[in-house]
Amino acid sequence: MTHRIDVTAFEPELASSTAPRDVSTPGRSASWRWFGRKVAGSAGTLCFIVVVNFFLFRVINKHPERTLARGRAKTPEQVQAVIDKYGLADPLPKQFLVYLKNIVTLDFGDSYQYSQPVRGLMLDRLWPTVALVGTSTVFSIIIGIWIGTIAAWNRGRTFDGLSTTSTITLYSMPEWWLGLILFLFLATGFGPIPRLFPIGQLKTAGVDAWSLHGMVDQTWHLVLPVVTLTLAYLAEYSLIMRSALLDEMGEDYLQTARAKGLSDLLVRRRHATRNALLPVVTLVSLNLGFIVSGAITVETVFSIPGLGLLTTDALRIPDIPVLQGTFFVFSASVVVANLVSNLLYGWLDPRVRV
Amino acid sequence: MSARQVAWRRRKDSAGRTWKEFRRHRTGVLGMVVLVVFALVAILAPLLVDSEGLSRTKATGLPLESPSSSYWLGTDEYGRSVLTLLIYGARVSLLVGLFATLISMVLGTLIGIASGFWRGWVGAALFRLTEWFLVIPFLPLALVLATLLGGSLFTIGFVIGVTSWPGTALLIRSQTLSIIGRPYMERARVLGAGDWHQMTRHILPNVMPMVFANTTLTVAGAILSETTLSFLGFGDPTRVSWGTMLDSAFTNGALTLGAWWFLFPPGICVVAVVLSFTLVGQSLEEIFNPRLRQRR
Amino acid sequence: MNASAEDAPLPLLQIIDLNVSYPTASGPLPAVRGVSLTVRSGESVGIAGESGCGKSTIASTVLRLQPKGAKVTGSVLVNGQDTQTMPWGQLRAVRWGDAAMVFQGALHSLNPVQRIGDQIAEPIRLHDESVGRNAAARRVAQLLEQVGLPPSRATAYPHQLSGGQKQRVMIAMALACRPQLIIADEPTTALDVMVQAQVLGVLTDLVHDLGLGLLLISHDLSVLGTTCDRVLVMYAGKVVEQGPAVSLFDHPLHPYGGALAAAFPRVGDPRARFAPVGLPGDPPDPQALPSGCPFHPRCALATEECRATDPPLEPIGTDREVACLHADEQRDMKLLLARSRLEAAQSAGGAAMAP
Repeated sequence: MTHRIDVTAFEPELASSTAPRDVSTPGRSASWRWFGRKVAGSAGTLCFIVVVNFFLFRVINKHPERTLARGRAKTPEQVQAVIDKYGLADPLPKQFLVYLKNIVTLDFGDSYQYSQPVRGLMLDRLWPTVALVGTSTVFSIIIGIWIGTIAAWNRGRTFDGLSTTSTITLYSMPEWWLGLILFLFLATGFGPIPRLFPIGQLKTAGVDAWSLHGMVDQTWHLVLPVVTLTLAYLAEYSLIMRSALLDEMGEDYLQTARAKGLSDLLVRRRHATRNALLPVVTLVSLNLGFIVSGAITVETVFSIPGLGLLTTDALRIPDIPVLQGTFFVFSASVVVANLVSNLLYGWLDPRVRV
Repeated sequence: MSARQVAWRRRKDSAGRTWKEFRRHRTGVLGMVVLVVFALVAILAPLLVDSEGLSRTKATGLPLESPSSSYWLGTDEYGRSVLTLLIYGARVSLLVGLFATLISMVLGTLIGIASGFWRGWVGAALFRLTEWFLVIPFLPLALVLATLLGGSLFTIGFVIGVTSWPGTALLIRSQTLSIIGRPYMERARVLGAGDWHQMTRHILPNVMPMVFANTTLTVAGAILSETTLSFLGFGDPTRVSWGTMLDSAFTNGALTLGAWWFLFPPGICVVAVVLSFTLVGQSLEEIFNPRLRQRR
Repeated sequence: MNASAEDAPLPLLQIIDLNVSYPTASGPLPAVRGVSLTVRSGESVGIAGESGCGKSTIASTVLRLQPKGAKVTGSVLVNGQDTQTMPWGQLRAVRWGDAAMVFQGALHSLNPVQRIGDQIAEPIRLHDESVGRNAAARRVAQLLEQVGLPPSRATAYPHQLSGGQKQRVMIAMALACRPQLIIADEPTTALDVMVQAQVLGVLTDLVHDLGLGLLLISHDLSVLGTTCDRVLVMYAGKVVEQGPAVSLFDHPLHPYGGALAAAFPRVGDPRARFAPVGLPGDPPDPQALPSGCPFHPRCALATEECRATDPPLEPIGTDREVACLHADEQRDMKLLLARSRLEAAQSAGGAAMAP
């Protein structure tokens, strides 16, 4: 689990450079080349993930015929039949090519548990995960940045102390444990507190998901998981925003802004906070894996039928094709999200587009 | 005094200064105190509670009893005292965390120094590798590796170590890059220092303070990861850790039974330990990274 | 400047007995001690001194930009109004509208992720909300031309400009709301000598053409000597010498002024032939000032009396002021310093130097 990484520690070029450069405006071509480099970089990472996926499941898995046969192949002939069926005796390069062909169509084979194509299973479970993660991310970004900003502007005072203590504590907590506690207190009824929320799953049996009642029902089921994830995610955003804004507040150009007659509020909003958001975008993008981990564990605790629960259920057998599929989907999403935030950063901070 | 003695005396002095500086960070000191308490509890476990209490067959309590005078934190699903489990669990959680951190730091430092030092295609390749591993999300990779290698404490520690080195590697790489540019490195090269000599005698000692600060933060993450992996079922069934306790609690319906005494304490211990490591690590970071100092 | 008191116009800037001290953990730190100065329209006044002598603090008080918590006594009158006590709304209007500051642009005084055109336009639209985007853009282009930059540069970001160009942007920005007073705080530090000359040229031309008042702060006396009409030399928070720039630079009367002037030797001046220049010792700790005259520990002319009495700033000659007990209008300070340097070098057993 990666904790916050101070990116300016290992990218000294990101701290402003005062090298006097009399270059004419870089123009579109330099920006497009930078854009191309970023996309190419992400494509390279995706290729790496594809290779790792193969490596993990064919090479590390010493006896793929056993796992693929789910322990049912007892006699040597049955084992041989499995080997033939999946081409496990073929030379490795040939297996790799077959694997590549399948990956393009996201074909990971059939699940052991459900005897259905993995692709279909993943598609079914996609929406709950997206709803859960998407909502939590949006809330946590907004609330986290807001808390961090106010804490920085009131550095040393009560709000700062309280918020920093709480966010650091939240940050040190396994997010699924927070979910367990919330579940315990608010869903199963504890002492005087009645059962306020459902005990897991996405919907109550027998309710049509697409009716208005169904929508409300789903939302009600998502409240606790979303609250859990939001609290877990916002801790990091708040801490990073606070520290980025404190860094920014010492900069000289804020003095210039004040001298021009801007009120404190405008100096904050228009200059300091906006510029402090830049490192936040980068730092957060480096820790996107955390969002995925949260999805997996919180879905498990609340039995939300998403990709995360699919993964943890698959651990039991183990359902290798499903694991392979979800690993790829999770990793690829993080790569894409990383690319998006890199591009966003480039759009916001023209200095990196060289 | 020989040159080596001079070097050691200098290091001792700077260590003394660091300690003095650290003492002024109240949060860091608080974290350190808490860690010392936990470490003592873990080490002195047999003196505090009877190890017989870990045995499933000899358990004397009723399953999932709420706290009483005889079982201060109640019992688990086998009737064992949760307090006993908690104390012995500290050993496993801390040990696995430290083991994973050791792997992670060694790998991270080696690769970090190497990718910073060798600027040619070796360094570039290592850097790319680090970036790739950094992007892959931790939990899916760890789950896959743990599944394939089988669940045991050693596996968990190994898996965490092997997946968490990129953060350290990047940090060490940037430190290495800044050290390489310094005049005394050029002087060492001119005097004929080989690669190995430069890396071990010059770069490594200068990188150690940051490594030290980073280690503390890595342990925090490792303990969290171990707890998560154990919770998801990869823990050693014969051993108790805070994560396996929570796994047992969850799978045995502690939620529906409202067995808060089983769910709360392990989590609180994890939070306390991770928080303490984080506070200590942040204080150390502030001390060793002068840029962060003005921001207190 | 020599008009009689009755018909003299109101000075743009009048600082009267200014004292500024910063609160620190070890007690108050006096940064400025009893400084007074005046800047009139069309006049350039320079403040010279080493770092820590208080000159930047003075500059910051004009627009009330000193750090929060700094204790200020005395008055800072811009067009007759005290900026230290005026209400916030009026201060906002005075900032940039009556007086503007030129900071060190080569460093981080410009917002790195905003186009410079927008940064120049910001105070224009802030001070007059009726100004539309196009009108502001036209004014920005006009300002850039005034400082010798092509108007197309308005879409550039600060990192795309050289140090000299950034400094000129700072000047253009300062002129945006047509102020009458410009305060330039170390505008040429961190610039190459050639670029320095360019920037100073731009500044002096503008001051002359627009009839502005200029308060120029620098540690480089040669810069002030060529740009300003009058110069004040500061040491340890006080003014130790004051007078017309050229005669002060050529013929300093205070030992410290002499040392500063000698630090920038002129080619062809025989008095400058003996290197190294520089004063022994360090500037005093403001919280532990020496007794009597603060300069006496480093002074070649110091006597017992200097240790006991802090000399006040007193007029000498027709248009000079000095704070020295041994001030002598006839003494050639630079020659004296050169001689004492030579003696010190010879007594230290150095290599023989031909006079």
